[in-house]
Amino acid sequence: MSKRRFLNYLGLTVSTLSALIGLFFLFWIIISLIYKGFHYLNWNVFTQNAVAPGDNGGGLKFAILGQLEVVGIASLIGIPIGLLAGIYLSEYGKDSFTSNVIRNICDAMTSIPSIIIGIFIYALLVVPMGNFSALAGSVALSILMIPIVISSVDNILRLVPNELREAAYALGAPKYVVIFKVVVKEAIVGIISAILIAISRVLGETAPLLFTSFNSNFESYKLNKPIGTLTVTMYDYAMGPYDNWHHLAWAAAIILTFSVLLFNIASRLFSYWRFSH
Amino acid sequence: MSYTCKIDGKLKIDVRDFNFYYGNKKALSDLNFCVKENTILALIGPSGSGKTTLARCFNRMHDLYPNNHYEGRILIDNKDILDPKIDLIELRNKIGMVFQKPTAFPMSIFENVAFGLKLIGIKNKTELEDRVVQALKGAALWDEVKDRLNKLATNLSGGQQQRLCIARAIAVNPEVLVFDESTASLDPISTSKIEDLMIEASKKLTIIAVTHNLQQAARISEYTLFLMNGEAIEYDKTDVIFTNPKDKRTQNYIMGKFG
Ligand SMILES: Nc1ncnc2c1ncn2[C@@H]1O[C@H](COP(=O)(O)OP(=O)(O)OP(=O)(O)O)[C@@H](O)[C@H]1O
Ligand SMILES: [Mg+2]
Repeated sequence: MSKRRFLNYLGLTVSTLSALIGLFFLFWIIISLIYKGFHYLNWNVFTQNAVAPGDNGGGLKFAILGQLEVVGIASLIGIPIGLLAGIYLSEYGKDSFTSNVIRNICDAMTSIPSIIIGIFIYALLVVPMGNFSALAGSVALSILMIPIVISSVDNILRLVPNELREAAYALGAPKYVVIFKVVVKEAIVGIISAILIAISRVLGETAPLLFTSFNSNFESYKLNKPIGTLTVTMYDYAMGPYDNWHHLAWAAAIILTFSVLLFNIASRLFSYWRFSH
Repeated sequence: MSYTCKIDGKLKIDVRDFNFYYGNKKALSDLNFCVKENTILALIGPSGSGKTTLARCFNRMHDLYPNNHYEGRILIDNKDILDPKIDLIELRNKIGMVFQKPTAFPMSIFENVAFGLKLIGIKNKTELEDRVVQALKGAALWDEVKDRLNKLATNLSGGQQQRLCIARAIAVNPEVLVFDESTASLDPISTSKIEDLMIEASKKLTIIAVTHNLQQAARISEYTLFLMNGEAIEYDKTDVIFTNPKDKRTQNYIMGKFG
């Protein structure tokens, strides 16, 4: 066997093995989640709230709705900002010095541990407001989303062939028409899947919420009050002393994992849909 | 080249002492020529001679990128289009362009053709429909797409997409239409359809056509400008350029290409 073929073979074996190891752990996690948690999932989990500590039953309604609220508002803040900034970088800033600085900052921000963002918002919002709040949680998550949305929108728009822009300009289109009617439209599928990825990325976050939206014993969805979320509730219940809490923590883990998977799969399906059209 | 304007008809475009620079690099130098109204002018010349560069001056496409600059004058109907105060949007409504690669927009066939019409302010639904149909017929595409006007234009074949681009460009009734090697990526049948369209369209508007295909230039154009290294080497009636060129360089280029 020649050296080249041997190296080829070796590369293939090593990468296949790594992929298999990765898949093995992924399936292990998912299967043990289902095995250990699935029978704690029932209708009550979605419709009832917590019962007194130590009692049996109860559910995660507050945590689920709270999670939706915190992530929903984070998306309302983060997606438009990320989208517009991404469009700015690709269509206005291009390769200017400022744009490249912003690109680098975005890359750096995506690798900041999320707990740091939590502490930052704690100092910025929670301390001045005097209490934990749903809004602070949303802001923390939106700060996690923004750089992800910016980089992916920037990259996706830069893939749009320049000929398309020129063709629109050649018809006398003003810049905003070129951007919103042609460029964004061409890239819309990629943009939507980037948004879905950004949402799924913050859906499972616990650390930044511990310092911001915290948790609450009272079912309140006010923006200026602390709020329950699936991730923090799961963390609290898993650490707690009661069996019933552990069961609910398993249920929360399943709900979270499958929502994240769902968002990821949806974004994949979206991309496939693009290529098949 | 000294100024040559020996056209037998109404003058549409007059290029005077024209230079163009990409940053510090001079890409076109000292161009002086004029274009007759309602005819086809072919721009020929070796690769890198500046054909595309010149074609993109007429609708000020170069303004999209920083550091490019023009010197001299390009008069269209006696109005200098290089005037910094000119409205580029208005200019580009009047001077259309069809590119080398088909560039269908990611929207329906109808929307593609209506795109330019909406830009010039046509909102009335029936007028819009009328003009889209007219343009598609004018681009010899109507029969092939009349049953699927609302389907995505990017699913059309390359040749159909190029005709769609022509429909889109003629829909707004431009005065000048610039083609930059618009048949270079097409099969012979599509190419011949588009050549027919250009000849037909040139009855009502002035066409400037960049081409590498000398037979094509001979088939469709009335005048030909031969460029080399950003300079205009020879400008004359097409049959004179092809049968009796005066400049040695033109001769060599045409002989080299013809065999
Ligand atoms: N954006 C640009 N920046 C700098 N120089 C450029 C740019 N575009 C073209 N040039 C240069 O200008 C000269 C003319 O190029 P142009 O594209 O106009 O040639 P062309 O005649 O259209 O060639 P082809 O037949 O290969 O299309 C070439 O030397 C080219 O390298
Ligand atoms: Mg060219």
